[in-house]
Amino acid sequence: MTDSVSLKLGWSPRINPHFRLQWEEAQQAKVLLYPEGMIKLNSSSGEILSLCDGDTTIQDIIDELKRIFPKEETLEQDVLEFLSVAFERRWLIHD
Amino acid sequence: MTNPPFWLLAELTYRCPLQCPYCSNPIEIAQIDKELDTETWVRVMTEARGLGAVQLGFSGGEPLVREDLTDLVAEGRRLGYYTNLITSGIGLNADKVAALKQAGLDHIQVSFQASTEELNDLIAGSGKAFAQKVAMAKEIKRLGYPMVLNFVLHRQNIEQVAQILQLAAELQADYVELANTQYYGWAFHNRAALLPSLQQLLDAEVVVQAYREKFGERMKIIFVVPDYYENRPKRCMNGWGNIFLTVAPDGTALPCHSARQLPLEFPNVRDWNIGHIWRDSPSFNAFRGDSWMREPCRTCAEKDKDLGGCRCQAFMLTGDPTNADPVCAKSPHRQLINDAIEQAQQVAENTQPLRFRNWRNSKELIASSE
Ligand code: SF4
Ligand code: SF4
Repeated sequence: MTDSVSLKLGWSPRINPHFRLQWEEAQQAKVLLYPEGMIKLNSSSGEILSLCDGDTTIQDIIDELKRIFPKEETLEQDVLEFLSVAFERRWLIHD
Repeated sequence: MTNPPFWLLAELTYRCPLQCPYCSNPIEIAQIDKELDTETWVRVMTEARGLGAVQLGFSGGEPLVREDLTDLVAEGRRLGYYTNLITSGIGLNADKVAALKQAGLDHIQVSFQASTEELNDLIAGSGKAFAQKVAMAKEIKRLGYPMVLNFVLHRQNIEQVAQILQLAAELQADYVELANTQYYGWAFHNRAALLPSLQQLLDAEVVVQAYREKFGERMKIIFVVPDYYENRPKRCMNGWGNIFLTVAPDGTALPCHSARQLPLEFPNVRDWNIGHIWRDSPSFNAFRGDSWMREPCRTCAEKDKDLGGCRCQAFMLTGDPTNADPVCAKSPHRQLINDAIEQAQQVAENTQPLRFRNWRNSKELIASSE
């Protein structure tokens, strides 16, 4: 049913303008807002989406996160998994 | 601990150029005047945001008749809300769509809520209303808004669901809400003419499923079934005073937009701040938790699931808002729902005159209930 995506490391994802990413004080979390709804993000998802500025490639996002969290062994795989879900759900788009 | 409100629904006005017989506004619209001014709305929005509200809806009536709409949108956005405009599209034009975008409006929901004739026009692709709505839908898309199209379904149009979805797809809607009429306000008075048959409903569900498979995430379809055909009630408003706060045009604060009819004293935002209203007012606490429940809900194993259903529906149909929602098969009042279904089947299509939502009918209904 969902359109499956195969990611390319050269893509530069950005937030679909139909969603808004922001910090919510009352939730103590980053959230994605959309018509009449909200997705509360856990801290790693929030971290990844914040790096999706439309200029940074997926490869660079992974490198950046590796630099911040050098101990996370499955980081690359986790990031890719999350990104493909995010594309599937149309939270992210790319050119 | 009380959750903060998540939604603030600002019903800016009951004025509206349309007269939908399934309008969920109270039938007493003719009695309710003195709209809140801009400053008070700004205070309400600021206080609710302070508590943690995130979604802000501007509705009515027709919110576009408020001259300060654009200013209120700008203020809402500045406060960090996700701002939603819920409109019939009447009174919208390209300049207005652009001005609202400029002010920071996040989303426009166009409701196709006018007469059945209008819907027929739409499906046939003719008439002025059609041209207006299509032009506005294109404008909304062109400016990059996510577009939600809302269609109110009832017996007289539910068989057109396939055409409705086709039209929505052509207009590139991002979300389609097929909202079966819920029987409050004006719709309750027109129930016998509006309630679809079970067969109509099942047929519509098949169509919806097929379109869901075809469009997936590209066009999300939300199908709200009329709860009369369920045997458990809906978890109304996701809990009384739990996530939802409505402020009516005259400043009455309500836990749901049809709650005004309940035998409770609702606070007015002119007299109290939102924090007090939300946390401390007796009416917002009246049905929180489950200590207010009676049998069969009180000892029911499922009470956390549906919270006993809708207080307004319990009150409208049984006269006591602490009863189980009569939709529930365990309710001793379930027969009332079965009777309504049966009565609606007996009324041949179109023979029951509709009571259009307007000031004259409002005065008549008020007089007849006194
Ligand atoms: S449902 Fe119809 S009459 Fe009621 S406010 Fe909406 S457009 Fe106006
Ligand atoms: S008896 Fe009450 S709590 Fe139990 S399912 Fe019915 S409405 Fe819900």
